[in-house]
Amino acid sequence: MTRILPEREVVVVGFGWTGAIVAEQLTDAGMDVLALERGYWTDTSTDYAVNNAQDEVRYRYRDELFEDLSRETLTFRNEVGQTALPMRMLGSFLPGTNVGGSITHWNGQAWRFLPSDFQARTHNTDRYGTGIFEEGMTVQDWGVTYDELEPHYDTFDKICGISGKAGNLGGEIQEGGNPFEGPRSSEYPNPPMRMVAAPLKFADAAQELGYNPFPGPSANMSQAYTNPLGVQLAPCSYCGFCEKYACGNYSKATALTTIVPALMRRENFTLKTGAMVLRVEKDRQNTRATGVTYIDTEGQEYFQPAQMVVLCTYITHNVNLLMQSGIGEIYDPRTGEGNVGRNYAYQAMSGASVFYDDFAVNPYVGAGALGQVIDDFNGDNFDHEGLGFIGGGYIAQWQTNGRPIESHPVPEGTPRFGAGWKRAVRDNYNHTIGVGAHGAVMSHRNNHFDLDPTYRDAYGRPLMRLTFDFRQNEVAMSAYLTDRVAEIARAMGGREVRVNPMTVPYDIAPYQTTHNTGGHIMGETPADSVTNKYNQSWDLPNLFLMGAGNFPQNPGYNPTGTVAALAYHSMKAVRDQYLANPGPLVQA
Amino acid sequence: MKYFPGSLGHFTRRGFLVGISSVAITAPLAAREYRGGIPWRPKEAVPPDAYDPDARFFDDGERAFVTAAVDRLIPADEYPSASELGVVDFIDAQLAGSYGRGEIYYMEGPFEDGLPTQGYQAQAPALLYRQAIADIRDGLARAGQPDFVDLPPEKQDMLLTALSEGEDELEHTDGRTFFETLWQNTLEGYFGDPVHGGNRNMEAWRMIGFPGARYDYRPYIDHGGEPLSFEPISVGGRMVQ
Amino acid sequence: MRHAALPFLLAALAAPAAAQDSNTWSTMERGLYLFRLGDCAACHTIDEDRPMAGGLGLPTPFGTIYTPNLTPDEHSGIGDWTADDFHTAMTEGVRPGGERLYPAFPYTHFTHVTREDTEAIYAYLQSLEPVMNRVPDPEIPWPLSMRTAMRGWNLLFFDDEAGLEPAEGKPDEWHRGQYLAEGLAHCSACHSPRNLLGAEKDGPASYTGGVIEGWFAPSLRSTEGGEGIGDWSEDDLAKYLRYGRNGHTAAFGPMAEVVEKSTRWLSNADAAAIATYIKDLPYDAPDRVEMEEVSADDPVMQHGERIYATQCAACHGIDGEGVKNQFGRLAGSSLTQAENPLTVVRMVLEGARAVPSDKYPTPHAMPAFDWRLSDEDVAAVTTYVRNAFGNAAPAVSAETVAEIRE
Repeated sequence: MTRILPEREVVVVGFGWTGAIVAEQLTDAGMDVLALERGYWTDTSTDYAVNNAQDEVRYRYRDELFEDLSRETLTFRNEVGQTALPMRMLGSFLPGTNVGGSITHWNGQAWRFLPSDFQARTHNTDRYGTGIFEEGMTVQDWGVTYDELEPHYDTFDKICGISGKAGNLGGEIQEGGNPFEGPRSSEYPNPPMRMVAAPLKFADAAQELGYNPFPGPSANMSQAYTNPLGVQLAPCSYCGFCEKYACGNYSKATALTTIVPALMRRENFTLKTGAMVLRVEKDRQNTRATGVTYIDTEGQEYFQPAQMVVLCTYITHNVNLLMQSGIGEIYDPRTGEGNVGRNYAYQAMSGASVFYDDFAVNPYVGAGALGQVIDDFNGDNFDHEGLGFIGGGYIAQWQTNGRPIESHPVPEGTPRFGAGWKRAVRDNYNHTIGVGAHGAVMSHRNNHFDLDPTYRDAYGRPLMRLTFDFRQNEVAMSAYLTDRVAEIARAMGGREVRVNPMTVPYDIAPYQTTHNTGGHIMGETPADSVTNKYNQSWDLPNLFLMGAGNFPQNPGYNPTGTVAALAYHSMKAVRDQYLANPGPLVQA
Repeated sequence: MKYFPGSLGHFTRRGFLVGISSVAITAPLAAREYRGGIPWRPKEAVPPDAYDPDARFFDDGERAFVTAAVDRLIPADEYPSASELGVVDFIDAQLAGSYGRGEIYYMEGPFEDGLPTQGYQAQAPALLYRQAIADIRDGLARAGQPDFVDLPPEKQDMLLTALSEGEDELEHTDGRTFFETLWQNTLEGYFGDPVHGGNRNMEAWRMIGFPGARYDYRPYIDHGGEPLSFEPISVGGRMVQ
Repeated sequence: MRHAALPFLLAALAAPAAAQDSNTWSTMERGLYLFRLGDCAACHTIDEDRPMAGGLGLPTPFGTIYTPNLTPDEHSGIGDWTADDFHTAMTEGVRPGGERLYPAFPYTHFTHVTREDTEAIYAYLQSLEPVMNRVPDPEIPWPLSMRTAMRGWNLLFFDDEAGLEPAEGKPDEWHRGQYLAEGLAHCSACHSPRNLLGAEKDGPASYTGGVIEGWFAPSLRSTEGGEGIGDWSEDDLAKYLRYGRNGHTAAFGPMAEVVEKSTRWLSNADAAAIATYIKDLPYDAPDRVEMEEVSADDPVMQHGERIYATQCAACHGIDGEGVKNQFGRLAGSSLTQAENPLTVVRMVLEGARAVPSDKYPTPHAMPAFDWRLSDEDVAAVTTYVRNAFGNAAPAVSAETVAEIRE
């Protein structure tokens, strides 16, 4: 028996970072907001305090902050035509769960995309002609521009207290920052992180080669900070447990450390935990969402009516909720029909390790976003004429950690195990610097989500099916970037260099990055997108979708900054226009 | 005096706080509603699940197999071998618990081997160990070979290498998946925090110079490439003796 | 007679400081303000949906008593009380009908409250939703259950004729502070030691710190460091009352709730007035000896230093400097160095949360270390923080930790 609850003005599904942003913005506008979170309450000082957070076995390898696949997962194959099999264990990406969401365990690399990234189709066509696009590429413009998002990037920088150095202030190029970035309306709220030795070595080599190194933008605090909501962050203590871990001393900007303390004090906000939303309900005429159906931890099912529904779950779940709810048409790669599930993209990761004899890296003196970066080979910051690909990525030396189960680099030719491996680990643990390329993945006709015909989740629903591989564009782009990585690595004065190219075909087992994108992409028309530029569903105007699922393709940066800027951009339109006049914010 | 106890430490300003907060206090996993502030309770903590020496999964034969195998993966030299640091105890306890049962993994059928890019497709880890060890031992016996533990080290290495490269098909499960799982669990036991039963006395950390669960390196940011040296610390504190 | 006249004099004195409020506030708003200042809800509200319906059990040295229902319910509340009845209860500790109240109700303080102010509180209480809630009778063993016994206690410790001494040459603000601190705010109820009969010690012993709910409420007398809040300025104290934090520390434990429910509502002028009065409390303790610090060579100190570096420094800083308005400063902190180590040990064992406020919404909390640190570890690290960074205070023994851990 489904119990029917009293109607709420706004229901937010999933209480991670975008859920917190949406709830903060709409409660501030006086709306009554209910957030539904499948996981449970977590708090810095209790759940991952300085005295228990640093436990590799528990957090990284027993998934304590990650989602429970026994409830729901997806199936995976590289190509249409293969049989997809379930992702039984987490591997390539690590979505989070519980109050605070995935961002609780991020590194804190807080980027903006380039202005040209938002016009990937028209920009590249204008500069290189349509021939630059590989056959099957489904790259498209976002429908939103950098200039429109800039104020919201700025808001997010200030909410987080991002540490960094501007490279472009209102069009003026600044010494020491990223000269390629879009114009910023203000300097970073905090100065850059104090660098350890390894990133400085990288920066010297990059400079020597004529590139433009700058300190990576960091959500780890370079100093104590109070954000515009009055929420406070403490100085980062360089403990080296950011990504895959939660911060125990309030020094990494996350939903819990920037917004939730202020939001929870508001009387027009309610959070329910243990509430797993199974589908979005809609009216018979298919014109509006009427609410959501969720199940609690005791198995009781509820219908929660709402005037407005905002999906803020991890992208795979946002897309899955659309599919399970019959909202929009599921994409079919054979016909190209349907938009739900289309344009899944990821990240093209590769790198190199530089081994030294004497130089001590002391890798555990680290932080998630402590590093030096060059952006010379990202987006369209370099001439792609004749290269056979579009897009690019940043190249960086981040000194994130010395956690030994995960990080024990060994040179080429080291045995897989045994005495030789053990000696190599011992000799190189403190003497290896990693340099990485963080590359874009352009969208492709065959990379997509749909529903699996065989496997089901714990709620009896079909699992979502992911079909993905790196295509010709990414293989060429990543090879080019990896060559640049190797060039810098060899200039860093080590004994030897080991190059680690991107693994092709894509393998879902080894960890790469939790930057999954697309599936409910935004765009200029309902013909080729699921939402308009304000993250509003074309089908049901009182349904909004946050997150990287809106990305039509995935540029060469970490997605969080843009995910947040899109959320603020959407909420501004809701506050300024939608609340007074609920309906489509863009006419189809 | 009987009615005026002198211990005024129990004199309360207005009694204890339990049940008064506007936030309901129940088990964290249950469905709950939160309004009007962030809950917090004194003494509440989520310490690690410390190693339980009574949690055992392996039978004697399996234990002997795993001991021999992990000591080929990480043999003794100037520093201890895997089993000497408690890796077998670690794996045994892990397999006896929720990890071994695959409680947070998707364990619904049908099970198929799939492509190498499709990740772990075996049964829950404890069953994987049981099936793989039995298959390897049966295979050796059928081929008239000594049991794994009685093979010379180089033969043991050959067998492990063959598994790692997917060259040896097992009857009931995937040999490469077994190798990868054993290797991963060995690394966890060797380099993980001693609170989980491996890395005894933090010897593996001493070997490489990892300081363990320290939280503040600000005084050392400017190390300039000179080696630092710390006494390692376990996250388990007094749970680890 | 001189004493009896004082409440009126005081009301006159208080008027200028309250002027801005009384000009713009209705009686009801004043009542709510004063009601919050008295922290009445802390004892009389146990269910936020039924405010002031009473029923909280208070385990006093006399046995358990239950707080009365102060909603205007005619049968179980104070719906049939007059403003006179309420004033008498507040200032004399006597109910209509002559029954005496137990001194868990701080009438020894509220006796200083003016008629004008009790009337405002009365008006506010009468505006609440009446709730039918008969609270249980006190569970107090014979002979004390006869409330007449309270008469004896009152003879010893309570003088309803007593008033506040106006001080020569003190400004209006000081007198307003005295009126609030001694009266409704009843600061010394926690911050003074109590005698064996549960009565506050007065005179020079008052405000020298007390033990409450297993926490040490520090001395409020302004000594030269070492004890209490001697190192705080008036502004530090006013900020602390208003926002729960200042550059030294945050409100935690029972004081967190006082800030949350009561002092955060103080007007800036009243917070400043209380701070002026409290910071002017004289200190006179001829037997106080200069603390000698435990030597850094002491093995306990060295053990403590190791624990501090790995467990504490990430927040409190390697030099005990803390992070302003976030993590408590330990260097030079009088709270850390308080002679009674109860609070320091207890915070290490069970953690503590800084009270969040609108100005500082972040609920910074110290985690509980009881699962992780042994008694010896806690003794060592607390001894260390009390004697490092230039601090000096008596060492803490493992036995003391074990007792507090119980």
